[in-house]
Amino acid sequence: MIHLIEQIINGLQLGFVYALIALGYTMVYGIIRLINFAHGDVFMIGAFVGYFGFAVWGLPWPVAILVSMAVCALVGMAIERLAYRPLRKKGAPNIAALITAIGVSLFIEYFTSLKFVFGPNYRVVERPFADKLFHLGPINISSVQLLVMGVVLVLVAGLQFIVYRTKVGKAMRAVSHDRDAARLMGIDVDRVISYTFAIGSALAAAAGVLFALAYPQISPFMGIMPGLKAFTAAVLGGIGSIPGALLGAVLMGQAETLTAAYITTDFRDAIAFGILILVLMVRPAGLLGKAGPEKV
Amino acid sequence: MPLLECRNVSRYFGGLRAVGGLSLTLEPGELVGLIGPNGAGKTTVFNMITGIFPPTEGEVLLEGRSLAGLAPYRVTQSGIARTFQNIRLYKEMSVLDNVRTAMHADRGYGLFDALLRTRRFGAAERRLTEQADALLERMKLSARRDEMAGSLPYGEQRRLEIARALATAPKLLLLDEPAAGMNPSEVGDLLELVRGIQRDFGLTILLIEHQMSLVMNLCQRLVVLDFGEAIAQGTPAEIQSNARVLEAYLGKVATA
Amino acid sequence: MRSRFFVVTGAIVGLYLILEMLRRTGIISLYWAQIMDLSLIITISAVGLSLIYGFTGQFSLGHAAFYGIGAYTAGFVSKSLGGGAGVAGFALALLAGAAAAGLVAFLIGLPILRLRSDYLGIATLGFGVIIRVLLDNSHKLSPALGGAKGMLGVPQLASFVWIFWLAVGAILLARNLIASSFGRACISIREDEVAADLMGVNTTALKTLAFVIGGALAGLAGALYAHRYPFLHPSTFDYLKSLDVLLVVVLGGLGSLTGTVVTAVGWVFLLEWLRAILPAEYLDLRGVVYALVLIVLMIARPQGLLGGQSAKGGKRRAVA
Repeated sequence: MIHLIEQIINGLQLGFVYALIALGYTMVYGIIRLINFAHGDVFMIGAFVGYFGFAVWGLPWPVAILVSMAVCALVGMAIERLAYRPLRKKGAPNIAALITAIGVSLFIEYFTSLKFVFGPNYRVVERPFADKLFHLGPINISSVQLLVMGVVLVLVAGLQFIVYRTKVGKAMRAVSHDRDAARLMGIDVDRVISYTFAIGSALAAAAGVLFALAYPQISPFMGIMPGLKAFTAAVLGGIGSIPGALLGAVLMGQAETLTAAYITTDFRDAIAFGILILVLMVRPAGLLGKAGPEKV
Repeated sequence: MPLLECRNVSRYFGGLRAVGGLSLTLEPGELVGLIGPNGAGKTTVFNMITGIFPPTEGEVLLEGRSLAGLAPYRVTQSGIARTFQNIRLYKEMSVLDNVRTAMHADRGYGLFDALLRTRRFGAAERRLTEQADALLERMKLSARRDEMAGSLPYGEQRRLEIARALATAPKLLLLDEPAAGMNPSEVGDLLELVRGIQRDFGLTILLIEHQMSLVMNLCQRLVVLDFGEAIAQGTPAEIQSNARVLEAYLGKVATA
Repeated sequence: MRSRFFVVTGAIVGLYLILEMLRRTGIISLYWAQIMDLSLIITISAVGLSLIYGFTGQFSLGHAAFYGIGAYTAGFVSKSLGGGAGVAGFALALLAGAAAAGLVAFLIGLPILRLRSDYLGIATLGFGVIIRVLLDNSHKLSPALGGAKGMLGVPQLASFVWIFWLAVGAILLARNLIASSFGRACISIREDEVAADLMGVNTTALKTLAFVIGGALAGLAGALYAHRYPFLHPSTFDYLKSLDVLLVVVLGGLGSLTGTVVTAVGWVFLLEWLRAILPAEYLDLRGVVYALVLIVLMIARPQGLLGGQSAKGGKRRAVA
């Protein structure tokens, strides 16, 4: 029983990290209907910047997270401006943007794995603080787990505030619903899209740093699987829905962790995706997605 | 027996009643208009007849047989075809192919015939092409035969949609605002066209339309919907002087 | 019409003879011969995805899974038969690979093809991951399958004559399907599924047909691959490889079979050419250059090489 609870906590830690990444996917999809394949690589860049921050430049880890978030916000905006916006201006079909996103993802991975950049190998991350074990009755919980979950909760709360209590957030929601109508209302759609990328990328960066602290190995290709799983989580919850992304991510985290702990690590990923497919059979638009009936 | 019968048909979307207790019959060969203010539920009626979603209550019968539970493509194969309020042509296909695709159910050959290019395939394809060309000729679209449907001017797109619907060899044709966006002279042409195809193809037609000049001159009978209910049924003359109808339209009716 | 048939057939036979001769005399080196073979194998797989996505509009991100099912099934059949079964055994293995992939496509297609585009993409992607995991653990089913260490020992029976003519066959099959009522119906599903439904097209049946044929073609390609490359590893059949095939189909232009074929061949050669022209120290740059080329191509020409043109009335006859 205790073991189960500890595994659930492990699953929450993982799920919360996925949640930060999933939020970026879902917000970008909600606003421009693009699956941003490069998002997982922004997560990776965030991890590296954070790593350099506290391991090389000696920054305190909260500062490292903030620096990483700022850098990746810029990276995200740059990607949008250089790779996706030209296609949007051309009125190109969504699939073109998707393939370009794949190209950007590959570019980031191959570029950062060059010897004179990060190099292709794994690096081990030394945590800048000791990992203490706390005891809640018979249950053990580590300071890293608390840290990860705490930071994620703070960031998600911050996101909720931005999306629902600020003008920028309102503009983001408006553009998500109807881009043309928003434009007619005087909203600078291009700028709103930029902000969405900035916020999503910043969250992914935080996820990257937290991931590096929690599972201390980083490499230029580390973003592929977490990116894929986070994207799956976003779809599972209903792509375009922020609460959906959170729910989906928590579920994915649990599915993965509990399968590894109680069934087998070998089939861990298969079962997680198997659950996804089963959910889509029953809820074709994801758990919280709206399967709007098509207007004929 | 009536060709089409809607028996006490209702459709609810959650708590919203889009159509309530509609009963209407169409005898073979009739040309009936379904009119009413915007949002009255007319297209919803079409959607129920064609099987896009089932009625919440009541049933729809074609030649006495219930259409309940039939997928849309089966409803079409049973003999009901339609056009759409917002044109839904296959934009990246040629005009000819838009029409030929609607004949798929009657193509007359199987997969192996197509893959192995048998004689039956060749003969059937020639027949399909001839029939499609004949329809295009009838609808005065022959000149556009090989062009992309998406590149056609609006009025021709509407005609192409009708041609495509006719290609399914229907008994009942549902036209959803075929005159939308047309100027008076185009409406006049459309009127002749619809009369002509009804005669030549032996069709029964149910027509949704807002342009009263078309409706009053074309339809033998009208059914008026308001807030999902049939508030009046009768000849154009009767409807024109019906107080409830006038009230529903708030005097916006422009008679020909 | 008859004469055109003979001209085209003659040209293809001629091409085959020329290539075969160049290979046998060594003018085309063994290295480039293998690249040529790979490009034809990839073409078969890409034609499959073209049917599924380019023509029928079903967004499948799991195509490499069918490739893998075909490779492993065929490889297993061949290994089980031993080397002595000869041509008949090889043909049987190829058939088994294609059939297995087609069958799985049918089974997975039944539930998932009714999903909307992006959701279908993620479902097929998930399916691809599941297959990859199964391949990684295949040694538990039978040690001959190798698991994560990879599968060895498949007799290398796929000679150029087989690969070339099966590629031609696959292209011909796809073309015959597309230029028929079935093809038109598939395209109409891509264009407007609701309208297609209402024009009497059984959209479920046709989507499944395209998915099964497309999957079977990928399976055939995989089966050939297994008999041309002595080492099979699950990573050759993972989701990144699915993205590769998708890339080829989009770059070639959706709805253009010619575009798919040309791009598939060109893409394989481009990747090798990058390896050939970059000096050894800069070999790492291959990936970077490839990615940049991809980005630039998509931004410059988002409709792909021959996209939006193949159905045009103009010079080529409409779909027939």
